[in-house]
Amino acid sequence: MLGYIHSTESFGTVDGPGIRFVIFFQGCPMRCLYCHNPDTWEFHRNHPVTAIELLMQYDRNREFYKNGGITATGGEPMLQLDFLTELFTLARQKKIHTCLDTSGICFQPDHPELVDELLSVTDLILLDIKHIDDQKHRELTRHSNRNVLQFAEYAGNQKKVPLWIRHVIVPGWTDDPEDQFQLGWFLGNLRTLKAIDCLPYHDMGKAKYQDLNLNYPLGDTKPATPEMAQQAREQILKGMKKRLLNNLKK
Amino acid sequence: MFKHFASEWDGFTPGRWSNTSVNVRDFIQKNYTPYDGDESFLQPPTKATQQLWEQVMDLSRQEREAGGVLDMDTKIISTITSHQAGYLNKDLEKIVGFQTDKPFKRALQPFGGIRMAQTACKAYGYEVDPSVVEIFTKYRKTHNQGVFDAYTPEMRLARKSAILTGLPDAYGRGRIIGDYRRVALYGIDMLIQDKEHQKETHFVRMTSKNIRLREELSEQINALKELKQLGEIYGFDLSRPAKNAQEAVQWLYLGYLAAVKEQNGAAMSLGRTSTFLDIYIQRDLEKGLITESEAQELIDHFIMKLRLVKFARTPEYNALFSGDPTWVTESIGGVSVDGQHMVTKNSFRYLNTLNNLGTAPEPNMTILWSVKLPQNFKRFCAKMSIKSSSIQYENDDMMRVTHGDDYAIACCVSSMRIGKEMQFFGARANLAKCLLYAINGGVDEVMKIQVGPKYRPVEGDYLDYDDVMEKYDEMMEWLAGLYVNTLNVIHFMHDKYSYERVQMALHDRDVKRYFATGIAGLSVVADSLSAIKYAKVKCIRDEQGIVTDYEVEGDFPKYGNDDDRVDQIAVEIVRKFMDKIRKHHTYRDGVPTMSILTITSNVVYGKKTGNTPDGRKHGVPLAPGANPMHGRDTHGAVASLSSVSKLPFRHAQDGISNTFSIIPDALGKNTKIFAGDLDIDRLTQEALQEDEQEAES
Repeated sequence: MLGYIHSTESFGTVDGPGIRFVIFFQGCPMRCLYCHNPDTWEFHRNHPVTAIELLMQYDRNREFYKNGGITATGGEPMLQLDFLTELFTLARQKKIHTCLDTSGICFQPDHPELVDELLSVTDLILLDIKHIDDQKHRELTRHSNRNVLQFAEYAGNQKKVPLWIRHVIVPGWTDDPEDQFQLGWFLGNLRTLKAIDCLPYHDMGKAKYQDLNLNYPLGDTKPATPEMAQQAREQILKGMKKRLLNNLKK
Repeated sequence: MFKHFASEWDGFTPGRWSNTSVNVRDFIQKNYTPYDGDESFLQPPTKATQQLWEQVMDLSRQEREAGGVLDMDTKIISTITSHQAGYLNKDLEKIVGFQTDKPFKRALQPFGGIRMAQTACKAYGYEVDPSVVEIFTKYRKTHNQGVFDAYTPEMRLARKSAILTGLPDAYGRGRIIGDYRRVALYGIDMLIQDKEHQKETHFVRMTSKNIRLREELSEQINALKELKQLGEIYGFDLSRPAKNAQEAVQWLYLGYLAAVKEQNGAAMSLGRTSTFLDIYIQRDLEKGLITESEAQELIDHFIMKLRLVKFARTPEYNALFSGDPTWVTESIGGVSVDGQHMVTKNSFRYLNTLNNLGTAPEPNMTILWSVKLPQNFKRFCAKMSIKSSSIQYENDDMMRVTHGDDYAIACCVSSMRIGKEMQFFGARANLAKCLLYAINGGVDEVMKIQVGPKYRPVEGDYLDYDDVMEKYDEMMEWLAGLYVNTLNVIHFMHDKYSYERVQMALHDRDVKRYFATGIAGLSVVADSLSAIKYAKVKCIRDEQGIVTDYEVEGDFPKYGNDDDRVDQIAVEIVRKFMDKIRKHHTYRDGVPTMSILTITSNVVYGKKTGNTPDGRKHGVPLAPGANPMHGRDTHGAVASLSSVSKLPFRHAQDGISNTFSIIPDALGKNTKIFAGDLDIDRLTQEALQEDEQEAES
């Protein structure tokens, strides 16, 4: 089976534990306003590869990845579900730690079983929740967050896959403490949650938009400071604690 | 050979080092205390350290304001004993000694070449005293004069066009590490006794080789006597071994100081001293003679002195090295041949000077890295690297195989067993330029004159891989021969006119000499050949028919992406050139080696290298060392490092360097924002406690 890959990064240190071989899948259904990889949006078939080829690249440098593994990101890797499943299945056979960095948007709540095979060979999911408020989520990404939230509950609570939640702090979009609290409230119900990763929005993607002749949707929105991300994280933890307490008392 | 166990050695475990021969390694192995703990024992700078360092910072500022040099000696020729004692603040300094009679005053060192000394002075508004100029032009020949007397016209031309470049023919070759620890461990008298013995027991038949050696041994003994006098100038009796930590550091430093007073070498490296000195510090700590703070103070003051080593150099020299480097390299850590790591508390103390005195490029702290180093030390190194960007790493697991466990690094990558091996530093040949010579039949693309042999240039509009490779092979054959012969001239003359007396006095008699060569422009060559092979490269000729530019049509694999199609070309070139070097006679039976190493001079080499077939333009810097060309490694650091690591150490045994920079954020997450392991149970507990507290209030 062939997959379509945008590129690979041999030294990934921020997409999962340890040093990781990161595979950027081509194509994404979302159009997040702050996306810093617009070059992965379109699904074109420029770089076909097989899962074995990718794992051969990994194997050559496996010494570096002793405490890491592979991460599938993009783009949206779940858009190429069959290929992704094959890749992770082969990786699992080689005892390579597999990490899926996804928006969860491709999840179909009516047919959850479609992702069962993938989840059975996934060691960790980095789930990017763009916004907890459905309306704001639509404005930010052109999609509802229904699939995303249900994917989190299905993968985490039912299939017991460890989760890291990522949330980008964008001034004017995701910096409302109430929203952050609500996000925490939701997260408090995820029993395999292992980490929360609040990423300050940066505008380093701007140049790519220029190269692609696209307008930069966030215009002059200022990058978020690390302090903002830290405050957001504390606010989210508050919401989580509230939910945990609530569940306990039930 | 030592008659008795010296009283200064009290408490040390005896061994071959104390019974039979000068053997610092044996002393270390029998006496050092490995340390597996973390950095929490380290102490901040003392008041005295802070005060002295402020004084240094102030002098540095004055030096900058004065245009880079604060003061220069123009009359006193620097020798081991040429100057009276110099101090920053005698009352506060625990370790003393400067190259001249005061800090920041640069010494006059004309033995390498009087013209270099004059130009260096002139550049900063000083003039060498006419009597000194007269001596060194009329009565005393210098290394530089000797070399140019023997150079062939071809050598001069290759030097001018910079296909051979950075040659140590007008300045000190450096890269020799005296075993300065011997001064502390044995004291000068025992070392002289040993040297006398070496002289007495050598061949008696007077071949030119033996005559030279006898003369050198006598010179070494004279230098040791002068070193003893240097001790007296500062009020120390170096004739006997050091009896405590302060003396050990001081004795060792004076040995080093004697070397830098004699030689203005390109790299004047220190060796591997931290674990050696730890033995003395540990003994004093155990006896309750010093506190940890005092131990740190000794090291801080020692490192401060090393940071203040300065030479009079020309602006051109500084341009070549992008600064005013001295390469006081100190090798730290590593693992002994029996598998025990050699990290001691003093390894931490050395790195801690980057905290106590702030970040500095000198001394060049080099970690001999092994997977077997203790985890706490690895963590501390990483932390200090992120903080200071001042630490160099070398692969001990690889070098230990050939060099054992008492080697050190000279300059940036040249490894040698301390006191047993030395090297003849040979700068480098520009292989990128050599490729252009192959294409143009030996005509220099910048100077537009015949420099190399007049071979057949390439014909036709497009470059053909096999044709270019054949021509390149022949041109490298020529270059390797010319290069080795040029170095033979240089080292013959250096030995003759600027012999490193005191450094060689701190070596065994029968040393192994590495004949170090080097190459520049490897990644440009690999990418150029890859472009010729996998894309189409069109030649653009000037009116004289010289190919001066190239048009690359299509894409090609680039070195630095873990792509064997091009990486193997780089491997092949390294092996080929080294094999060609091996074919030639080397001075004093030097063992030929090669480095891939230009750390800063790649900028200047780029200026002297015309357009290349990989699309690089004339003037654009070559990549440093074995680095991929800037911006062409597009698959991340591991792929980039992986390409470099394919280069065969066996054929580049003088070292392969890779300059690695990365923004700290790309190394991982800030722990404050990133939760890492989020423990839901703990979070629940916290929530419960907070809830109870709220209920109570």
